[in-house]
Formats: sequence, structure tokens, C-alpha cells
Amino acid sequence: MKILIAVKQVAALDEDFEIREDGRDVEAEFLIRDLNEWDDYSLEEAVKIKEASSGPVEVVVVSVAPEEADEALRKCLAKGADRALRIWDDAMEGSDPIAIARVLAAAAKAEAPDMLFAGVQSSDQTFASTGIATAAFLGWPHAAVVSSLDYAPGAKSAVFRRELEGGLLQEVEIQCPAVLTIQLGINTPRYASLRSIKQAAAKPVEVKTLADLKLSAGEVGESGSHSRIRRMYIPDKGQAQLIEGDAAAKARRLAEIIREFKGDAA
Amino acid sequence: MSGVLVIAEQRRGELRPVSLELISAARALQGAEGLRSAEGNTVTVAVIARSPELFLDSLKLAGVDEILAVKVAAAEFDPDTFETAVGALIEARKPGVVLVAHSVDSFGYAAALAAKLDLGLATDVFKAERIDGTLVATRGGYGQKVNVEVDFPGRSTVLLAIRANTFKPPDQPGAPRISEFAAPATASRSGGRDFIELSSNDDVDMTAAEFILTIGRGIGEETNVAQFKELADAVGATLGCSRPIADAGWLPKSRQVGQSGKTASACKLYIAMGVSGAIQHLAGMKHVSTIVAVNSDAGASIFGVAKYGVVGDIFEIAEELRRLF
Repeated sequence: MKILIAVKQVAALDEDFEIREDGRDVEAEFLIRDLNEWDDYSLEEAVKIKEASSGPVEVVVVSVAPEEADEALRKCLAKGADRALRIWDDAMEGSDPIAIARVLAAAAKAEAPDMLFAGVQSSDQTFASTGIATAAFLGWPHAAVVSSLDYAPGAKSAVFRRELEGGLLQEVEIQCPAVLTIQLGINTPRYASLRSIKQAAAKPVEVKTLADLKLSAGEVGESGSHSRIRRMYIPDKGQAQLIEGDAAAKARRLAEIIREFKGDAA
Repeated sequence: MSGVLVIAEQRRGELRPVSLELISAARALQGAEGLRSAEGNTVTVAVIARSPELFLDSLKLAGVDEILAVKVAAAEFDPDTFETAVGALIEARKPGVVLVAHSVDSFGYAAALAAKLDLGLATDVFKAERIDGTLVATRGGYGQKVNVEVDFPGRSTVLLAIRANTFKPPDQPGAPRISEFAAPATASRSGGRDFIELSSNDDVDMTAAEFILTIGRGIGEETNVAQFKELADAVGATLGCSRPIADAGWLPKSRQVGQSGKTASACKLYIAMGVSGAIQHLAGMKHVSTIVAVNSDAGASIFGVAKYGVVGDIFEIAEELRRLF
């Protein structure tokens, strides 16, 4: 039995950052990279299922990214993934979530897992699209924003709750194999031990190319994408009126605001 | 191809408010009145439900040219049903733009539909316009620190998932044409069972609280919750939290403010301490008239919606503030 987990190394911005010269992204030097928060939860969910299973279960993580993503993949290995797979080709540069999904689906076909997890969204581009588009290319049942899951590896169906708006949940049964996008809070992701981090550093990250997956250059990158970034810019934000001074002065002004409110409310 | 197709969203017998906002987004896309009258430049609203007739009256609004009642077997949202129905609508009507809500339901099918039907796709869109005839959608990136403009070269139909609370719903009634649309039958591979209301033994009602003090990831450790609880009590505020605090189990889920938690509907003063301001959190509080943000990161997005901002150490400020009450 096998669970495949699509993961992404996301980027957060340094406090002061600059837009790249072509105006279509932030300069790479200002990007702080880490494993996508949502993916931490989907990996944990797979590892928990493996631990609870009586039969053997293989947990495989896959990312469509250049070499720098090995760091995130090794983090997954340290947290319990059995294998890590990275797929890249320079032609994939500029891929949108749908082009990435096309590659993930090809990788999933080769791996033939019993279940595929992805995060609900990535914290940097928040498209919330990659996992569900992957399901479309695979022709698999799919569901988004799963906040609790009851699944035994190899089972023909799974029962889960999806988290709706405003504190509402819905219980759903789905045929397997399926693609589920996993929500924050579904579990408590473990920390990697020093020993497992050391072991993960020695494990290989398997690398595959376009040709390995029998994809053409036209199916990925900008030509395989359903959207294209024209321009990235720093928005004019509504500016909060800053309260200055030392901590005591700031607290005094805050207290005034609270008392004004209470005066109005009274 | 032309015209805008809006997919209304309903749940448990009620039209979700964002459905009406989508109509305004559609009208904004059409641009000037002159363009509106051009042939084929219409706004069509489709309502997909077991009993679509229940929702027709609420959709008879200015700017809507036609309402399509699409009857389906599924009682509630189901990805396969919606993919089939919206797919059939697109094939039949060939709209230039399809608008759906950026919501949990659309997360479940919009990207699959775009992948299958070769549609342009952008989600969490808060601005859509035509620039020199090119459809351009604007969304956020890198934790809302940048705006990202995307376009859709070579796509004759583009699906946009629109962020809720971005467009004002139309306030004028209209007299659209009403038609029925027969969607192909679907063999659903998943089935929704019961809805479950979030409950807890905490009796707080965040939707009724007028003064909320919210804590976020910035508080660092569970042991620090107590001091902010005490501060909230002292100043007379209801203690709320952002998602990470509830997920970690430090406060009950019923105190979570945001898209998947509660909306601070009655709140007039909202003090956010150590909350970065993820878009999902803002969805539950950005309407509050007086928001005060306290955060050590001057670049935190919460300062973009706050009236007052305090850049500084939340513990130090909390301690100083406690002394004054």
C-alpha cells in the first residue's frame, strides 16, 4: 500500500524585499524558503495512517521543483516519509498550478499510490488548485479542505469531514483511490528528532525529468499553464495610524482607545 | 466568446451572500453601459440545486440578464455534480468568463474543471478588469505582501474564483429572463452525509462580542495564553484567537475568528496581538470599525486593515497595559 503526498517548498518574504527587474516576481535573494505549512499536516496524516496500519504502507513525498527544494524533501524524510521524489526540468520554469498538477499526475501514474494527499493551498501563492487539478488529470475522485479523516490503506472508501465556512463541517464518504486536500489542524505534526534529521541527510532524493514521465516541454512551463503572471507589485496598503513612543506610552494610548470605546458603549 | 456566467452558491437551502457579490463582479467586468448593450455581452446566473426554484427570487437583481435554473439530484454540493453541470453550461453557453466564489465548495471543483476544459484559471481574485481588451485578474501573493496580476494567453474561456466581501452586492431589483437548463446526470463518486455545527463546552459567542482582544501565533507558547486571558478580563474584552492557537488546542475552536471560525459581527473594537493577518483571519474581522494591531513585525498584513498600529513587543505592551486597568 502506498500514500503519495504532493509537497512544495514555499517562500516567505524578507522584511525589506525588492521586485525582480522583469517585474514578475520578487528577487530570489529576498525569499525565505521552507516546507509549506499545509504539507506538514498532510505528511503527518499519512505517517499516522502508516503507523496505525497492520500491513506495510509506503509514504512517498513528491515535489515539482528545482534542486533547492531538496531541503524541504529531506525535512519530510526526517518526519517519516519513506521516499522523496523531485521532478524538474528547466522547461517547467513558469508553471502555474495546473501545469504543476499535470506533472504530479504523471508522477502519480508511475507511482500508483492508493491515496494522494496535497495541502489545501500553498502559503506563498494560495491558489488552492494544485491538488484538485491533479485529481482531474488522474480521473480520480477528489475533495478539498479535509479536516479529519478515517481511512485504512487499501480500503475502497474513506470517510472524512470537510471544513466549511463559519465553523460548519460536513461528513463525506469518498471512493478510493482519491485525492484529498488536507487542512491545517487535522493533526499535530511531529518534530523531527536529531537522529532522524541525520538519517534523512544520508537518504537519496530521487530525481526524475520530463522524459522519465513521458511529458513534452509544451505541456509544462508557461505553454502548459492556464494563467501567466504579468506583473507583481507592492500594493498601496491602507496605513494604520502608528502609535509611537516607548512601551508605556503605547500602552497609555491603547488604554485611552479602550476607555473611549467604553465611554461610547456605556 | 463573450458574456459572463456566474455560478451562484447555496448551502442548506440558503443562497450564500457571496453569490450576489459575484453579480457585481460580473458587471464590473462588462465595463461601461455602452458595452453592456453590445450583443452577447450578458450576465447569466446559474443556480445549481435540487430545488433551484427556491433561489430564483433572490437573484432577480439589476444587471442580471438571465437566470438559469439547473436541477440536479444531489441535495448539497458535490464535486462531480458541479463539474458536470458547470462543464455542460460552459459547453452550451460558451461564456468568455465564468465567475465562482473563492470558497470551500469551489476549492473542490474549479481547478479540476479548468484542467479538463482547458479554461484559464485564477483564484482568490479581488480585481478583474480588461486592459486593452485583455482580461487581467489581480490576486495576492506572498502573504498579501504583493499584488499579482495574471492574464490568460490563448484561453477563450477563463474561470475566476472571486474573494468574498470584495464586491458590494447589487441593491436594485431587476427582471431577468428565467430558463431551465438540463444538466447531464452524474454518477457521484463521493457522497455528502450530515452537516456538523462546531460546538464546544465554551459558552462564548464571538459573533455577539462588541470588544474582542485576539491573540495569534506571536504569543509563542501555550503558557502565555493565561496572561492574555487575564488582560482581556481586566480591560473587559472577549478573548479571541487566530487559527494556529485553536489548532494547537490552546483555546477552543469557538474562539477562533476568521473564515472557518467565527465572524466578529457585532464587534466595534478589535485589538489583535501577535496576529499576522492572514487573509482567512481578516475575513472574520476586517469590517470592524476600530481595529488596533500590535505586532513586532512592521510588515505584518494586519497593519493594512488596522486603524491604529503598534509596532513592538506584545508581551511588554500587554504588561504595561495591564497596569492601567
